[in-house]
Amino acid sequence: MTAGESVAKLSGITHRYGSVTAVADISLELPAGQMVGLLGPDGVGKSTLLGLISGSRKLQTGTLELLGGDMRTAQYRALAGPRIAYMPQGLGKNLYPELSIAENLDFFGKLFSQSRAERTARIAHLTGATGLAPFLNRPAGKLSGGMKQKLGLCCALIHDPDFLILDEPTTGVDPLSRRQFWELIDAIRSERPGMSVLVSTAYMDEAEAFDWLVAMDAGSILDVGTPDALKKRTGAADLETAFVRLLPEGKRGDATQTAPPPLEEKDTTPVIVARNLTRKFGDFVAVNNVSFKIRTGEIFGFLGSNGCGKTTTMKMLTGLLPPSEGSAEIFGNPVNANDLNVRKRVGFMSQSFSLYGELTVMENLRLHARLFDMAPAKYAPRLTHLIDAFGLQDHVDAPAGELPLGIRQRLSLAVAIVHEPEILILDEPTSGVDPVARDRFWELLIDLSRNQNVTIFISTHFMSEAMRCDRISLMHAGRVMVYDTPENLIETKQVETLEDAFISYMEDAINEIAPISKDIAETPAAIDKEFGAVKAVTHKRSRFSLSRALAYSYRETMEVLRDPVRLLFAFAGSLVLLLIMAFGMNQDVDELTYAVLDHDQSPESRQYLNNFSGSLYFIEEPQLVNLHDLETELRNNTISVALEIPPGFGRDLRRGDAVEVLARIDGANPSRADTLESYVNGAHADFVPRWALENGGDAQADAAVTIEPRFAYNPTSDSLMTMGPAIPAMLLMMFPAILMAVSIAREKENGTITNFYVTPTRRAEYLFGKQVPYLGIALINFILLNLLVVFVLQVPLKGSVVALSLGAILYAFAATGYGLVISTLTNTQVAAVFAGALLSMLPTMSFSGLMQPVSTLEGGAQIMGTLWPTTYFLHLSVGTYTKGLSITDVRSDLIALCLFYPVFFGIALATLKKQER
Amino acid sequence: MIGQLHNIFWLGTKELRSVLRDSVMLIFIIWSFSLGITMKSAAGGDTVNNASVGIVDQDLSGLSGRIANALFPPYFQDPRMIDASEINAAMNRGDFMFVVVIPPNFEADIIKGNPATVQINADATAVSQAGLGTGYIQNIVNDEVQRFASGSDASAEPATINLIQRRHFNAAGIATWFNSIVSLLDQLTMLTIILTGAALLREREHGTIEHLMVMPLNSFQIAMAKIWANGLIILVCFVASFVLLIEGYLSVPLSGSFLLLMAGTVIYLFAAAAIGLFLGTISKSMAQFALLLIITIFPMQMLSGGMAPAESQPDFIRPFTWFLPSRHYMSFGQAIAFRGAGLDVVWRDFLTIAGLGAAFLAASLLLFRRSLSTEK
Repeated sequence: MTAGESVAKLSGITHRYGSVTAVADISLELPAGQMVGLLGPDGVGKSTLLGLISGSRKLQTGTLELLGGDMRTAQYRALAGPRIAYMPQGLGKNLYPELSIAENLDFFGKLFSQSRAERTARIAHLTGATGLAPFLNRPAGKLSGGMKQKLGLCCALIHDPDFLILDEPTTGVDPLSRRQFWELIDAIRSERPGMSVLVSTAYMDEAEAFDWLVAMDAGSILDVGTPDALKKRTGAADLETAFVRLLPEGKRGDATQTAPPPLEEKDTTPVIVARNLTRKFGDFVAVNNVSFKIRTGEIFGFLGSNGCGKTTTMKMLTGLLPPSEGSAEIFGNPVNANDLNVRKRVGFMSQSFSLYGELTVMENLRLHARLFDMAPAKYAPRLTHLIDAFGLQDHVDAPAGELPLGIRQRLSLAVAIVHEPEILILDEPTSGVDPVARDRFWELLIDLSRNQNVTIFISTHFMSEAMRCDRISLMHAGRVMVYDTPENLIETKQVETLEDAFISYMEDAINEIAPISKDIAETPAAIDKEFGAVKAVTHKRSRFSLSRALAYSYRETMEVLRDPVRLLFAFAGSLVLLLIMAFGMNQDVDELTYAVLDHDQSPESRQYLNNFSGSLYFIEEPQLVNLHDLETELRNNTISVALEIPPGFGRDLRRGDAVEVLARIDGANPSRADTLESYVNGAHADFVPRWALENGGDAQADAAVTIEPRFAYNPTSDSLMTMGPAIPAMLLMMFPAILMAVSIAREKENGTITNFYVTPTRRAEYLFGKQVPYLGIALINFILLNLLVVFVLQVPLKGSVVALSLGAILYAFAATGYGLVISTLTNTQVAAVFAGALLSMLPTMSFSGLMQPVSTLEGGAQIMGTLWPTTYFLHLSVGTYTKGLSITDVRSDLIALCLFYPVFFGIALATLKKQER
Repeated sequence: MIGQLHNIFWLGTKELRSVLRDSVMLIFIIWSFSLGITMKSAAGGDTVNNASVGIVDQDLSGLSGRIANALFPPYFQDPRMIDASEINAAMNRGDFMFVVVIPPNFEADIIKGNPATVQINADATAVSQAGLGTGYIQNIVNDEVQRFASGSDASAEPATINLIQRRHFNAAGIATWFNSIVSLLDQLTMLTIILTGAALLREREHGTIEHLMVMPLNSFQIAMAKIWANGLIILVCFVASFVLLIEGYLSVPLSGSFLLLMAGTVIYLFAAAAIGLFLGTISKSMAQFALLLIITIFPMQMLSGGMAPAESQPDFIRPFTWFLPSRHYMSFGQAIAFRGAGLDVVWRDFLTIAGLGAAFLAASLLLFRRSLSTEK
């Protein structure tokens, strides 16, 4: 491609989320072969626009031409996909934290159908170039922010793209890593001169080095051009000023950074003291021997990258985390997590929002006032004052979750100071806020510090904010390298800016950072020569690729294996459940308690009652005195049956008159009452012919018909024989389905699903690939459960093992298939758990024939039972165990089980989107 | 003390608002307490109901026809005539619960007074239905044969001892009555645990819990707020469901005091919510919570005594199931609803449930801070 051509043509692109317009009618041509910067604070639509350009987000209106083709068609997206690389926002958001650096890279390579040799070569090249080579086996989750960012870049570059899209790649990264990152990008661009790069950033200083800029605000483009052109047009000396001047009139603010007036040292006693604070998580040292003192009314800054220990230190100061070593003091007393009075003097605003998104602005403020024990008379004026001072008047009744970021941040601060604290601890309060809003925020802070003598402890990764602090401490990798006033730090290092000073201190502190090799120019060409350029291979759309599906399977398996707790729950949990439920679900009724109300007390009545007291099924309670007694005992559940013998029973019987015995039965549980009735009947029926015979009657008179009951399959009527093979059918449904459902919902929540959107993965490959490990879990579980049934529960397996195993395989497909359906229909893990459990619990437990054969169900219950796979597998499992069925006997079950998977998979396939909305 | 209650109350109002503004959650809850209950109540349970019967009639006489006609709903489906050769295959497939075989010359033998044998094959994989149903069919065959014989020789047989069985508390043996209480309990258990546990886990994942922990609140207050707010939502559903659906639509009579049943339900909701909090505290991720949920809810529902009588559980299982609050709920639930029991009968169950709830709450509070510090 030659200069002057464009890599992307956008026209009339608009994107809405519900009623919010994120991108408004943007038309734009991006020059090819250049480094293009997308400039603007958070929430102006940068990420949405990048998502649309990369093809990971679905276009709503407008047209987009990329690398010469129409991105609205799925065919072209599939073709263009391999030529584009997209690194989403958020540190390592598209990485798999449980996997190591090498495994992450290998996975991405597999998605682009690279051979093992090619992957090895490319990984060696990329990790060598980025200095990651020494850490190949370290899990991505344990990397520092800078290393995560490099790994993210490597993953994006593994397939040698023509167009690289980076969404805020350096946000939250320490200055040294940032500098190295841009050097790396330069090196890569020099080795691939044709590659176009599109970068979004909120750091104006970085943008100075880009070739061409697009300044954005509120979903629209403010201006485009080279950095120099932009500065020239606005007459500004730097880009930050230029950007503010490009903003529409009302939003500019006064554009002057308020520097805090010097601190008047009225009181020099330190209010916050940290002494040798150390915090370890396992063998990872998050905070290492940190000490500092903060004076009353001071603004003390904590400067450092993400993951350097700022948040952990702040948590120890607030008592949220106990320190592993060292101590912290607030107001001269050691931090005590249980001292509620200290908490009333401290305000805290955390990195993740301390607001409840579903509550309105007023409700949030009022809730906090209430929780800080303020009386309505006291908090009402305070809230009015805060709402005015923080400019929240227009938003009082809006839910906090729907506010723009800058306003939400102000609300957070208002909430944190409702109770007029003496100390304010702020953890990265302004990350992602636009420069103008950040200035307003700082005005509020300076007012609090200077006019109300509030001590402020703030962490940030913005140099411009650090400059406004009275003193700052530079933090890196768990250590405070130095703390002093910003001016003194710059002076000590004899550099121009705080950033340079920070880098210099870091270089002093670190000697382990691997140098970046500069001579990487010939290697990618060599790889391309050896394996063929990726584009050439992938220019035609590939069909279903088993190896790509298996790449997902392999990755998912690694993740599952590295969360042993989950596996333990799945296996041990189901084994324990099988034991408890198989024994506990016992329908045999024995040891029935009964009592007698004998009004007769004759030899005959005692003879009659002997039939009950002699039975193994009955346990006799003391004789009843009267009817009232009888009713009380039945009511209190001390007896289940009461036998009432009428007066004159013996006399009448001897005379040959008809007598009546009344059996009163506890009918609260009807099915149990049925059994009680039949037992009472049985005992009674035993007595009648015997008595007739003994007293000369003709017992055989009406016995012309003999009835021969045969209890097929389970002659001893032992519940365990049925429950043993039936319970696994339920467990094998619930566990795999829920695990499966959560696994895809988790990717949606964490953002790794983007990798599916932007790589040439087909939907079927993704679904099937993700399913494989859970099929494995289901089948291992099947084997374990059945071993338990045979060897511990001692239920003999009379029928075909092959039939049972075949059924289990089909059933595992069906159960995980159901999980796939749930996971494609839900967006969060909570919803997946909720829907997955609620919808499957009823048909699995009640309508699958566990307690009641499906043939005896009626109406909706029968339909649900018929349409649910558990019905068939339960029948098959019980049948092969107790009925000794062969594979031909259960073919109708097998056929039915076969049908579920294609239906479930089809629904999942149809509902899974290849692009985000 | 006042301050404690004050905080618990205000924190709880926040919980209420979050759930009430989550429309998906509300739909699930309403579904569970309406259709979920009616569908489950309609299923018969393990009593003989609508059982499928096959008849192998090798006699084709008037008597064999009378026997077939005597098997009718609601206990039995209309019998299907099959051939003797089909018995095994049909029973293997599970087409029939019972197959009655009437031998050739059956009627003639009865008239002559010769012994004749009727065979009843029962599918004993459904243990209790097989036993009960065989008894029913046995009685029906006997009755029909007696009536036929007495009709033909007109000598009535005076029975010397008559056994009269009378059922208390549910005289007609309507399964829906009992099932409605079981399904209500199942929904109480499942929704309370999921709702409370997920509420805690979500706050942990979003980090708002840490914010609460730096306010002048202690973990007891945070936990109690979640318990009362989520419990209240479920209690409202319980009352509505009981009055409108169970007493109204399903016309199940309540013989005890509704207030007592409600009081017991409140105690149970406390225990279930405490279990939810406990699960939310010990699990580190939604995936783990989901698994723990299954491990907890399955036994709570299946071993409560609603699906199989708790009295039948073998002795070595009972110490385990004693820890399931649902078993005690089932015990007092049927006592109040059907036997009309008063507080003098059910206080022990109430106390046990309250004790179990307190134990789970105490355990979650102990682990609470630890769960915050293990994150990341």
